[in-house]
Amino acid sequence: MNTDTHAAHAADHHHGDSHAHGTFSSYMLGFVLSVVLTAIPFWLVMSGALPSKQITALVIMAFAVVQIVVHMIYFLHMSPKSENGWSMMALIFTIVMVVIALSGSLWVMNHLNSNMMPMHEMTGMR
Amino acid sequence: MTVAVNPTQTGEPVFYLADEHPHPEGYSTSLGFWIYLMSDCLIFAMLFAAFGVLGGNYAAGPAPKDLFDLDLVAVNTSMLLLSSITYGFAMLTMQQNKIALTQMWLAITGLFGAAFIGIELTEFAHMIHEGATPQRSAFLSAFFTLVGTHGLHVSCGLIWLVTLMVQVWKFGLIEANRRRLMCLSMFWHFLDVVWIGVFTFVYLLGVLR
Repeated sequence: MNTDTHAAHAADHHHGDSHAHGTFSSYMLGFVLSVVLTAIPFWLVMSGALPSKQITALVIMAFAVVQIVVHMIYFLHMSPKSENGWSMMALIFTIVMVVIALSGSLWVMNHLNSNMMPMHEMTGMR
Repeated sequence: MTVAVNPTQTGEPVFYLADEHPHPEGYSTSLGFWIYLMSDCLIFAMLFAAFGVLGGNYAAGPAPKDLFDLDLVAVNTSMLLLSSITYGFAMLTMQQNKIALTQMWLAITGLFGAAFIGIELTEFAHMIHEGATPQRSAFLSAFFTLVGTHGLHVSCGLIWLVTLMVQVWKFGLIEANRRRLMCLSMFWHFLDVVWIGVFTFVYLLGVLR
């Protein structure tokens, strides 16, 4: 969206409606990209085209990240300018929280599992 | 901010707004709704974390490979993706003030959403019929909580969608209805974003495991 008309629009009374809207072509571009970014990971897993599971896992996670960004831009109309940057601030804060929660949980619980005493040692402890 | 005027003259203070700047109705709705969505995002992050921690604990029960039908998940994913683009068309026709077309695209969005919920419930019923209930293992508890919460959100979105269609039918595309439709638009597309995480981490990585 044009930034000048956006700013002028925001100063208007229709502020509630001034949130960036997409156009037909931007929606279609987002949709086509999403279809491609969904089809490839499904195909990779269902056909087992890549030699190892680790590589396949990394590739489909990369596709998910790219598709989330595509949705954010073309469907949710995120831009650094929307709502004077406050929605981007809220998004960045949330992403930081999500990364801490996810990586922290997985890391701590993984260590907890690997530091657990194996069952056969436990039976020999009596 | 309120300021007291001449409190000594009459004995009783009189208050008025010192920095009054009236905002039009719905002035900050988009930002407020976005912050709500971010809080929702945190809920899903916790459920993803729980699934990440517990997803491998099958308790000698069925594993993702035995349960998930990727063809069905692919169909389900396309239902949600199609409903996202049809909602986009509803927003575009709304901007052009075409009430009948907006209602039509909203109805099509609702049908795709209902198809998604229908397929998901069929999948759940099939799993439960095979004995893969939430009580069976930590993996299945985490699975049903995460995917079920997403399904519940979509179901609430459907109720909201029908409510807004009635509102548009009764009052037309007034300012308030446009604002509401825009909030639901964000909600609907956000659920699609969460589903990207679900089909990647739960279904695809689960089958790969």
